[in-house]
Amino acid sequence: MKKFLPLTLVLATNSVFADDISALKQEFEQMKDQYEKRIQALEDQGSSSVQTKSQPQVNAFNPSISLILDGRFASYKNNPDQYKLPGFLLGDESGLSQEGFAIGESEMTLKANVDQDFTGQMTVSFGNDAGETTTDIEEAFFETLALGNGFTIRGGRFKSAVGYLNQQHAHAWDFADAPLVYSALWGGGYSDDGLRLSWIAPTDLFLELGVEGFAGEHFPSGGNASTGVGAKVAFINLGGDFDESQSWQTGLGYYTADPNQRESATTTDTASFSGGSDVTGISAVYKWAPNGNYKERFFKLQTEYFYRDESGTVFLLTSGDATTYHGKQDGYYIEGVYQFVEQWRTGLRYDFLSSNNHGEDLIGTNVLDEAGLAADGYDPERISAMLEFDPSEFSRIRLQFNHDKSYQDTDNQVVLQYTMSLGTHGAHTY
Amino acid sequence: MKFRNHVNMKNIITVFAAALLSQQALADKLSVFACEPEWAALVTEIGGAQVEVTSATTAMQDPHQIQARPSLIAKVRQADLVICSGAELEVGWLPVLTQKSGNPKIQSGSNGYFMASDYVELLDKPSKADRSEGDVHMAGNPHVHTSPTNMLRVASALTERLSLLLPGNKTLFESNHAKLEQSFREATVRWQPKIQSLKNKKVVVYHSYWIYLNKWLQLNQVATLEPKPGLPPTSGHLSQLVTQMTTDKADFILYATYNDSKPAEWLSNKTGIPAVSVPATVENWQEVNALLNWYESILNSLTGNALTKNASTPLAMNKEDSFLMAGSNCHARIRKLGSYCSKPVDKDSIEGVPA
Repeated sequence: MKKFLPLTLVLATNSVFADDISALKQEFEQMKDQYEKRIQALEDQGSSSVQTKSQPQVNAFNPSISLILDGRFASYKNNPDQYKLPGFLLGDESGLSQEGFAIGESEMTLKANVDQDFTGQMTVSFGNDAGETTTDIEEAFFETLALGNGFTIRGGRFKSAVGYLNQQHAHAWDFADAPLVYSALWGGGYSDDGLRLSWIAPTDLFLELGVEGFAGEHFPSGGNASTGVGAKVAFINLGGDFDESQSWQTGLGYYTADPNQRESATTTDTASFSGGSDVTGISAVYKWAPNGNYKERFFKLQTEYFYRDESGTVFLLTSGDATTYHGKQDGYYIEGVYQFVEQWRTGLRYDFLSSNNHGEDLIGTNVLDEAGLAADGYDPERISAMLEFDPSEFSRIRLQFNHDKSYQDTDNQVVLQYTMSLGTHGAHTY
Repeated sequence: MKFRNHVNMKNIITVFAAALLSQQALADKLSVFACEPEWAALVTEIGGAQVEVTSATTAMQDPHQIQARPSLIAKVRQADLVICSGAELEVGWLPVLTQKSGNPKIQSGSNGYFMASDYVELLDKPSKADRSEGDVHMAGNPHVHTSPTNMLRVASALTERLSLLLPGNKTLFESNHAKLEQSFREATVRWQPKIQSLKNKKVVVYHSYWIYLNKWLQLNQVATLEPKPGLPPTSGHLSQLVTQMTTDKADFILYATYNDSKPAEWLSNKTGIPAVSVPATVENWQEVNALLNWYESILNSLTGNALTKNASTPLAMNKEDSFLMAGSNCHARIRKLGSYCSKPVDKDSIEGVPA
């Protein structure tokens, strides 16, 4: 009775309703009967239906799977085999992608919670290198969920948090290729086997601190100089919102390693570097969307700067020449991406690199020059423009044009790229 | 090998550990992270002064497409409870937030992880997982908040959850919950003429966002402006709709304020069918009765535009409203059986209604 007192009152005071109260009453009674019958029926068949539901599904615990298909058609004015960045020793993946039709890296990611304390994921990439199929474990790591107080440990092989773009898989990039500073200093991106400890502060301003220790096997570390921790990284990230429409993040990263016989292919030889390598980087990202609604329009501005200080010796494996080497190199990129209407994005990127290398010949003459480390005052730069059509969240077709002054002979490059995402709906970091 | 930053890290950790301890001393209140404003409003209604609520999104944002922003990670890091729609609505961003937060209290499976769609019967479960059908949600349609009946189902479950997290305030939560139900029942009665007048009206929607609203109001969804879920309207699809409307004319076109208004207005101009824009969720979740006001604003918008003056149907509550009137005592049972409430409507109270 109590429960329906307000109903009673409202009905009583509402003359529109008065005539229909009996109809309402009848309806209630009918419904009551119907429900009771249905419930009875459900309860009667209850035992059997519950059993079918609780039957264990063999596949239910399988990790979520997502597959990225990437391919491109590339056209270059210059011969891509001539590609170089004067003043820099490059890693394996720093060159241009194959000219003509070629599939890029197809990535498969498997991911699941291990138990209440851990989550795990693995990304395997399949590529094509001079007609040979290559398989690479891009990432394979576990991460803690339950340490508490904002602490997280990640262990295995993973992408270092030393830079902003470094943590993203290539398919999440806004351009078909890595920024020059990533090609030059990080071999396209630094990932290695190791451990990360990170901590998020209990504040409304996003503050993340972290340290990483790596084996130091992968470029730009190389050679596993020490049997323990070959490369170390520390990073700080800050972030927040300006208002409902605008957000930002900025980061500071520091990397140090002692590479031992880190090999880089030059146009004529193979250079092997041993010594110390320190890199410092800063990044800033700004995003805007009207009312914070990213469905239709948004704008993103992103920039990173890295400074590397290397000191040691360089040997040339074929010629047998050698030199001491002190290199100070830096570079940055700045890019803007604008989604001007749903499904369509356009972007502009500028790259700049600079080097100041010195050395004294130990064996042979002009060895720095021979190793490709003498830039002779040349500063590589590049301008890229892209237009993207994204039929859905899962597919993308991109046309990109590069005006590339990586070396003295300016190249014009056109890339038509597709990226298809199959399987589990991915979650993307900021 | 020592980390160069080892000493610094240690100092920083010590300082913040002290800050943490002092924070926990004040932790009588629950810090709640709501993915959408409707859940922020609901948890505020039930939690009252015992909850400190933040909403990740606003009514002007498409909850499918939210950036996993640093500010959101910072909020989730401090949360005791995360309340979201679930059913894959937040699949593109919530997992990043919880995983990066380093906060075990709100991980999937913890008491601090509450997905509203776990407590209602989801409609629109696709028969096959194929994205040629658009961005389908395998669990079913996640926009459960568009029906007050669903809202009350979630409210019951949320009351239990809050009582679990803050047992000392169980009575307060239950009394707030009772007040909320009471206000919903009163409103349902007040709204009957409008609800009745909308019965069986045909509606074209932008996205299948309003499916639970359709069920509540017994609206008949005849088309969507999106050719497939998640894809923007195309001119081809819209012209097809114009043709469809000549033979089977809808009563109104319904879209959310965050949707692009152009397709709806275009179709409205071509066909003469009124286009109605309503907020996708509560706009100001801090205000008193935010949820009720939102449902009422939808009703007002629809009845204001839908030419419903001469409703000829006899006054009888629809299924959803009858359920709502039956009260919460049966909600636990519904969750178990996934069907209607078995508690009979109190006979005395029916007879108490003056004829």
